[in-house]
Parts: sequence; structure tokens; C-alpha cells
Amino acid sequence: MTIVQFVLLGAALFSIGLYGVLTRKNAILVLASVEVMLAAVNVNLVAFDVYLGDTSSAGQVMALFIIALAAAEVGIGIAIVLMIFRNRRTADVDDLDVMRY
Amino acid sequence: MFASLTPMLAGFALFAEEGEHEVHAGDGGWLAEWAWMIVVVPLVITFLIVFFGKRSPWKGWGMATFGMAFVAVYGAVLAWVNLDEGILYEGAIEIGRIGSFTLEWGWVVDGLSIMMYFLVGVVGFLVFVYANGYMKGDVRYTWFFASFSLFAGGMLVLVSAPNLIQLIVGWELVGVSSYLLIAHYWEDFDNVDAGNKAFMVNKVADTGLFIGAIIMALSAGSFKFSEIFETMVGGNSTLAQFGFWAGLALFIGAMGKSAQFPFHVWLPDAMAGPTPVSALMHAATMVTAGIYLVARLFPFYQLPEYGGDVSMIITIIGAITLFFMGLLALVQNDIKKLLAYSTVSQLGYMMAAMGVGAYTAGLFHLFTHAFFKSLLFLAAGSVIHAVHSNNMSDMGGLRKYVPATFWTFMIGTAALVGLFPFAGFWSKDEIIASAYYNASEDPTAAAWFMVVLSIAGAFITAFYMARAVSLTFFGKYQGHGEPHESPKIMTVPLIALAAFAAGTGLLNAPGLTHVFTDWVTVRAFPIMEHHFEAPSWGLIAIVTPVVLIALAIGFYLYRPKQTQAERDEFSIPVLYPLLEQKYYIDDFYMDGIVRPTMGPIADGTLWIDENVVDAVPNLVAGGAKHTADAVNTFDQRGVDGVFNMLSAATGATGGFLRKAFTGRVQQYAAISFAGVVILALLFMIF
Repeated sequence: MTIVQFVLLGAALFSIGLYGVLTRKNAILVLASVEVMLAAVNVNLVAFDVYLGDTSSAGQVMALFIIALAAAEVGIGIAIVLMIFRNRRTADVDDLDVMRY
Repeated sequence: MFASLTPMLAGFALFAEEGEHEVHAGDGGWLAEWAWMIVVVPLVITFLIVFFGKRSPWKGWGMATFGMAFVAVYGAVLAWVNLDEGILYEGAIEIGRIGSFTLEWGWVVDGLSIMMYFLVGVVGFLVFVYANGYMKGDVRYTWFFASFSLFAGGMLVLVSAPNLIQLIVGWELVGVSSYLLIAHYWEDFDNVDAGNKAFMVNKVADTGLFIGAIIMALSAGSFKFSEIFETMVGGNSTLAQFGFWAGLALFIGAMGKSAQFPFHVWLPDAMAGPTPVSALMHAATMVTAGIYLVARLFPFYQLPEYGGDVSMIITIIGAITLFFMGLLALVQNDIKKLLAYSTVSQLGYMMAAMGVGAYTAGLFHLFTHAFFKSLLFLAAGSVIHAVHSNNMSDMGGLRKYVPATFWTFMIGTAALVGLFPFAGFWSKDEIIASAYYNASEDPTAAAWFMVVLSIAGAFITAFYMARAVSLTFFGKYQGHGEPHESPKIMTVPLIALAAFAAGTGLLNAPGLTHVFTDWVTVRAFPIMEHHFEAPSWGLIAIVTPVVLIALAIGFYLYRPKQTQAERDEFSIPVLYPLLEQKYYIDDFYMDGIVRPTMGPIADGTLWIDENVVDAVPNLVAGGAKHTADAVNTFDQRGVDGVFNMLSAATGATGGFLRKAFTGRVQQYAAISFAGVVILALLFMIF
């Protein structure tokens, strides 16, 4: 088994996520794209953990942490987006520029 | 005229003797060693009164009187021992050292200083007791007794001094406390003027004292009297060369304090002080200081090679003072001023006696005069207390209202004019006899001048005292309200002083007793003097009728039945207007010396003030302003410039950078990612 396919998969997922983050207008979709990027990281962590044969499986443990963290992040993120939407009737990230100088 | 007098008196000069007194003296033992207490007690009490007087039982009077009682008792004991065995002692403690010069604080215990201790103590004590009644209710009661105690203490410093430095310290203490006391009622500006006048006139004369002390010390090599006399015995050519000037300068100092012509002007004005002050000032302290100084330096003034030439000046000044100042008393309406001029005149007698070499006679007159003049002042104070006025035109007929004061005043008058057997009779007679003896020994015009003036002085004294007594106590009361006798605390000292005024003359009745001569001639340096061992009946035969005639004329001219208008009519042409203007001496001083000196001095000091004194602050202020301007510029341009530039630069940078913050979240994310990529690339490359 080679690592190449997994690295390519991680890179593809990361690129797709990055593209989503940078181009989507809707904040919900931006958050979803961030999740995709995190998934790419997780793939990489698990792949390298197995490839390197780490006996303590630190990469897999770290992946679990990231999943938990992602859940918390999305929870807070969606709550913020909801509040913004309620106040301003939109979730377009390009409109969220009130803190600009 | 002198030629006709001489044979008449010649027979009586046989009684005159001249020579040294033999002195047998011990050192006085512990009594003399502890005599410094006499000086220290009143001075310490002064400070105690200043700090604790108001809280003490008698508000300071008790402490002050205790101090004087102590001095009186100590002085009396010393006098007794001195008479018995003689005391010659000089104690000293070193208080400073400048190179080879040692500054000493000492106390002399010899006949002369014991006499002064006794006099200051006894007269001071009686005057202090009297002052309790006289000053009752005064606003500065406690302070008055503090200054009064300092006055007596200063005089004691002066008379205990074994050297000229300490004498000057005492001299100035007396001067400053007299200033405080004369200007005691300072709410009235005239009194302040009187105090200033006394101080200034004395200060002018004091310059002489300082110069004299310096010449004396430089030529004799010491400030100490004992060492000055020692060098005189050994023969001192430097002192002989400068002796005249030293003696003259010291005598000018003595003239100031003893109110001799032409420095007499302060003494009548000093009557502005409370009456007890006048009484003490004219009796025991202050005016006796000059006589004391001449007496202390008597050997110096007697030796012809040293200060001998000055003694003729002393005689002339004394004679002028005793006659011309006595005349001024004739026209005074203020009873205190009359007595003041009388004092000046009597001081002239004492000074003249010192000049003719009659050491004992001069001091004896000082001694008796202290008692009867303080008595007269206190009695006059009692009268003033009764009628609330100083002017004799407001008095009259007081004999019935104030009997105790009247009788004591009469005794004082009898003593002053020299009626047998009161004190003044003996002492004045001794002076006139000495003057006559001096003139017959050394018949110069000045010596005869002195004899004639001293007899004329006796006439004038009797005349003005007759006038004073008649105007004050006889006739009809001219004032307002009902006069009343003073309280016991004032009359008892009067009676005590009257006893002294009546009796002290017998201490030295020529031919009978010589207690006083024995007393004051106990000196470390032998006193060469002209003194009389027998009564000079010839002079008595002249002087007593002169006095009686003067009394009769005085009473007749100012007889009680006259009205005030009739009295005012009596006036000797030319003389009286001149007397009323005090010979224009005061005016001359004011218009001739004080104002012409003050004007240019004032202009000069103004000029100096504006051009010199002000220049310094102006310069400093100008410099400060220029410095401030420079600092301001530096602050604005330099210090602030740096910060302004920094802030401007920061602002510009911020303005430039903030353009990157567009508010587009995704743009930020893209930049972040780009940053990460760059970092990763860098990481890989390096």
C-alpha cells in the first residue's frame, strides 16, 4: 500500500474546501467548505499514522480530536450565522463588512 | 569776683585732704564667688516671666520682685561684709577664644560694684513693689515686668563687668530695654517717637564708647580694667599717646547714657514711659551708667599722663549740664519733665564731681540721688495716679487729698534741694566743697566756673522745686473729679524711700562718719582723689542761705493765691522764651542734623534701591525669561517635534496599511492562505 493515493485525496479535498471557502457567498456553505478542509487534514493524519506504523496511534487520536473540535466549531459558527441572518436577513459574507474602517 | 571769694573760703580748705585711701581687703570668700547670682537671677527671671509669667500667681510681678529682693539682700550682705573687712574679688569664666584673645564673662566684686548692686537691688525692689499698684490693669502687665527685670539685669551686667566688652553688652541691654519701656504705650505714636529718640541719641553716643573701647584695648593690650590699670602703673607709652582720645571717646559714650549736654535731649522725652520706669531709670539704672563708667575708669582719668586732660572736659560738660539743664526745669508744666530736667542737672553735678577728682563725692551724690529722685518720681506718679494728668496746671491743693504722697514728696524735695540734714545736703555739699578745693588747688577759669555754676545750680534746684511743690500741693485743686490717695502698695515704698532719702546722707557726713568713703574706695587700683574729712562750714554758710532764698522766691512767685493767668505773666524776657524752646537744641538736631541727613540718605537709598538693588532682580528675571523662551522653543520644536514626527509617521503608515483591510472575509482568508503557502515554500527551500 502506498501513501500517494491518500495524500492525493487529502490534497484534492483540501483544494475543494479552499475553493469553497474563497468563492461561496453563503456563510453556511463557507462553513461547510471549512469542514471539507478539516476532513482533508484528518485523512492525511490517519494515512500518515498508518503508513508510519506509530504504535501509540497519535495521528488517529489527533483526528478524533479534530472531529470533536470541528463539531464544536460548526456549532458556534452556525449559531453566529443564524444570529446574523436574523438581524440582517442575509448570510452573504460579502455583506458582513460593518467592521471595516 | 573770684579774688574776693578766695580769702573768704580759704580758711575752710584746711580741712581738705588729698591722697590715697589705704585699702585693706579680703577676697570675700564664697559670698564673692557666688556673686554672679546677682546678675544671673534677674536675667533668668526675665525669661521665666516671658514664658510662664501669665500663668504665674501674680502675673510676673511676683517673680520680678523676688529677683530684685534677692539682689537687694545679696547686695546688702556684700555691703556689710565690705564695710567690715573689704572685698576685692574678680571672677571670670572663659566663654570664647579667638587666637590669643580670650573672651571672658566675669563679675567684679569691689566697693564700687557692691554699691551699685545694693542700689539697683533696693531701689529696684521698692519701685517694683510700687509698680504693682501703678500698673494695675495695664494691657501688657506681664510683659512690662519682663522688660523691667531685663532693664535691672542689664544694668547689673554692666556694673559687674570686669572688661569693656561685657560692659558694652550690659550697656546695650540697658539701652534696648529702656527703648522697650519708654515705648511701653506704643499705641500712641508720640511714645514710639520718644523711644526711638532715646535709642538713637544713645546710639550716636555709643559710637564713642565703641571707639574708645577699641583705642583703649589696642593701646593697653587688653579690654580688662585690671590689666589696663596694671599697664598704667608700669608706664605705657602707647596708652599715654592715645590716652586722651580713648578717654574722650569713652566719655562721649558716658555722656549719652548719663544725658549730659548735648546728649541730654532723650531723657525728658523718655518720660513717655510709665512712671515706675522713669523712677528706676533716673535713679539706679541707665543714667547712672555713664557716671559708673567714669568712676570705674577713675584712675585712668586722674593720671595726667593718660586721661588727665579729659577730666577738665568732664568738669566743663558737667558744669554746663548742671546749670543750663536745671534752668529748663523752671518752665516745665509737666511734673515728670520738670523732674527729668532736674535729674539731668543732678547728673551734671555727679559728672562734674568726677571731673574735679571727687570720686567719693560724685558717687555719694549718685547714691543719695537714686533714693530721693526715685522717691520724687514715685510720688509724682502717685499724684498722676490721683488726678490723671501730668500737668501741674491740673493739680493744686493736693496736700489735703494725698497726705502720704505729700509728706514723702516734701522729704524728697528737701533732700534734692539740700536742706539739713537730708541726704542731698551732705552729698551736694561734698561736691561743691570738692569743686572749691579743686579750684583753690589749681585756679583755672574752668575750675572757678564749676564752683560758681554748682552754687547757682543749687539756687535753681531750690527755685524749681519750690515752684513744683507750690503748684502741685498748695492752693486750690484745678483738676476734675475727686483725687484720692494711692493704695498701700504704692505708699509703703514711698515711705521706705523717704526714710532712705532722709537718712543716707549721714553715711558720709564730713568729719563725723566716713562709711560711704570706706565703702566705695575699696578698689584694686588705689584711688587718688580730693576728698573732705571735715565739714566745710564756709560753703554750708553760703549754700544753705542760697537754697533758702531760692525756696522763698519760688514760693512767693508761685504763691497759692495767684490765679493761673497771673502765674503765666511771670516771665523773664529773652530767657524764658529761650527755655521754652529748650535752647532750640531739639529743633537744631531735628532741622539741622536729622532732616538734612535723612533727606539725602533717603534719596540716595532710593537711587541705590532703583538702580543697584533692583538691577539684580531685573537681571536675574531677564535672564530667567530668556532661558525660559529658549527652553520653550526647544520644547516646541525639538522635543515635541520628535513626537509629532513619530506620530505623523505612524499615522501615515496606518493610513497606508488600513487599505489592506477591505472587510471582505474571503479576501482575508485568501491572503492568510497565501501567507501559509509562502511560509511553506520558504520552509522547503531553506
